[in-house]
Amino acid sequence: MFALRSVAAPVQRQCFRAAPRAATSFVLQNQRLYSTQQDRVAKFDGKKDAQGRYTVSLIEGDGIGPEIAVAVKDIFAAAKTPIVWEPINVDPILKDGKTAIPDEAIESIRRNKIALKGPLATPIGKGHVSLNLTLRRTFNLFANLRPCRSVAGYKTPYDNVDTVLIRENTEGEYSGIEHVVVDGVVQSIKLITREASERVLRFAFQHARAIGRKKVRVVHKATIMKMSDGLFLSVGNQVAKEFPDIEFDAELLDNTCLKMTTDPIPYNDKVLVMPNLYGDILSDMCAGLIGGLGLTPSGNIGDECSIFEAVHGSAPDIAGKNLANPTALLLSSMMMLRHMGLTEYADRIEKAIFDTLAEGKALTGDLGGKAKTNEYAAAIIEKL
Amino acid sequence: MLSRNSARTAQNLLRAAAQPQHRLNAARTFASVADAPSSQTIHSDIFKPTKYGGKYTVTLIPGDGIGAEVAESVKTVFKADNVPITWEQIEVSGLEDAPSGRTEEKFQEAVASLRRNKLGLKGILHTPMSRSGHQSFNVALRQELDIYASISLVKNIPGLKTRHENIDLCIIRENTEGEYSGLEHQSVPGVVESLKIITRAKSERIAKFAFSFALANNRKKVTCIHKANIMKLADGLFRGTFQRLAKDYPQLECNDMIVDNASMQCVSKPQQFDVMVMPNLYGGILSNIAAALVGGPGVVPGCNMGRDVAVFEPGCRHVGLDIKGKDQANPTALLLSGTMLLRHLGLDDHANRISNAVYDVIAQGKVRTRDMGGQATNQEFTRAILESMEKAL
Repeated sequence: MFALRSVAAPVQRQCFRAAPRAATSFVLQNQRLYSTQQDRVAKFDGKKDAQGRYTVSLIEGDGIGPEIAVAVKDIFAAAKTPIVWEPINVDPILKDGKTAIPDEAIESIRRNKIALKGPLATPIGKGHVSLNLTLRRTFNLFANLRPCRSVAGYKTPYDNVDTVLIRENTEGEYSGIEHVVVDGVVQSIKLITREASERVLRFAFQHARAIGRKKVRVVHKATIMKMSDGLFLSVGNQVAKEFPDIEFDAELLDNTCLKMTTDPIPYNDKVLVMPNLYGDILSDMCAGLIGGLGLTPSGNIGDECSIFEAVHGSAPDIAGKNLANPTALLLSSMMMLRHMGLTEYADRIEKAIFDTLAEGKALTGDLGGKAKTNEYAAAIIEKL
Repeated sequence: MLSRNSARTAQNLLRAAAQPQHRLNAARTFASVADAPSSQTIHSDIFKPTKYGGKYTVTLIPGDGIGAEVAESVKTVFKADNVPITWEQIEVSGLEDAPSGRTEEKFQEAVASLRRNKLGLKGILHTPMSRSGHQSFNVALRQELDIYASISLVKNIPGLKTRHENIDLCIIRENTEGEYSGLEHQSVPGVVESLKIITRAKSERIAKFAFSFALANNRKKVTCIHKANIMKLADGLFRGTFQRLAKDYPQLECNDMIVDNASMQCVSKPQQFDVMVMPNLYGGILSNIAAALVGGPGVVPGCNMGRDVAVFEPGCRHVGLDIKGKDQANPTALLLSGTMLLRHLGLDDHANRISNAVYDVIAQGKVRTRDMGGQATNQEFTRAILESMEKAL
């Protein structure tokens, strides 16, 4: 079983290389970087339909998923966003003994090149690969983009947080390559490749430009993992040469943890980029700074398609009670709009969201208010 | 076998922690035990280093960065209190251009000295980033001496205001395997594999250590931190071992948490944690996050325990090269680690006097180093502690 998976992993990576754009930008020869600045990593190239609208695949998800998806749909309709939703079902199926996503769902996302996803309940059990991980692997979503911004109206010990973290999403500690050497001794392999590192680092620089930040910082632990994190770091140094307008530096993971928790403000002008595990931990920590996963958007960026999602749980305990907070999914959909180039819509809706939160009249239970999901959505629509 | 070892170590802790209850001036002890016997015999302990001429010999490794300055503070304060300790100072350095030179030899000397003395007080050694550079001496030392359990005590210091209050947690970190195994290779150019090793034996002994520690220090809850949802085998083994052993400690509340959630909880609701036990890398991450909650690496003490050797060092390991030689360092972390060492030796009177003086100076707030929001230099701060000790006499 595990051996199977580990064999499958490199094969998949071979496939990534076959993707048309990836092939041109990431040819490896003598370890030189071939991609030029004009090549934008992970550019959205979905097509409009006859009415000038984009189709977006919508994975409503489990638990509170359907309710918060309704809120998003209502608000989008009210803002007259040129988007058509295409609901898809991703209940896992077993294919050759492995967890997989139904073909129709894959087809839909491939066609639309973009998807919005609610929370999925990952069955906690043995041998199950989480569906999130399956989605990431299927579509080769190599970068996870996690901005965290303090929400006016929700008080935490930290004010004015505005961090942007980018996490490598396909390898590192989460390569899934593990085996039992002898009974009681397990090896887990952290895999770092030049190709994947280069891709995510280039995305980080491009994203920094796109959002107008002047600094990119790599977070690493190259003192201990001299080769693996060392590779990530050295690729960072190389890619940085292509972006002379952006300041590049590196920081040890320990220092980042310490400084961010002490005072996150100095990170407001930077884009942080890091390998998988560190990104996972730090992005959730940043979410903690501003009040939890219910307020943080997330985007999984790939060359072929991108999936924007709410990273919080499916909260089965309050499902169907109209109590859920749709903010995370809403903010993720704003990221999606920006990724699609529909920036004006995103700005307008986002302003309405933040105004509603700052006003504090129609907050959901988790933010200390009494409003129902639909009342919160209605308040946002009113602001529009 | 393993259980006996870790239980013994924990006994040391128990004894170390047990005594100060009846002293009213014990403002803050690292680990308070309500009704443990206070007159324990130290002489019968086979792990106890021998006393020569009424004094213990303790290896002192000041370390790089601010190490020399804060070690000087510790020596001054200990001397002022007539602590029966002779320091065997060894200038190991991880810097490439170390003045003492011969880094590798010095390192071996330090290992030999620690083996002999069984006790050490240590600053942090610098680790170079370059691939040609040596392996981390900090890690090598822990592996060499098999000091497998790292303990960081994170607690709000009275009077030192931070963003969070009522934090009292303890991070126990496996110190010898995991991501810090140092096993890496390049399969083909541009593809690097780094091995994380988790073994049942080492998971067992760290889990038992954590449970024993929790019991000995009258703590209620032990949380296992892992990432078993992704690393199903490696972290799965760690978590599984923890859960299996937890059944033997029904008096403790045991739960587990995924590391990303734990770090999120740590910055939003850190009060929920008590004792936390985790593999190596997560320990590094969480001890830094937790240290930041209570005032930074300058105020968090810690130690590394093995079956024979105990090395006390600041709980949040930062070299502090940036403020080296500027007399700005905060010696609190090393001083408090020093008092942990004294408690380990059963010298609780000394430990209390010193730690009370440290807390007293911080609580008064007149003399504080820069990291605690003050303007005082390390020397001024140390002097304030000495004065406070004098007054208390």
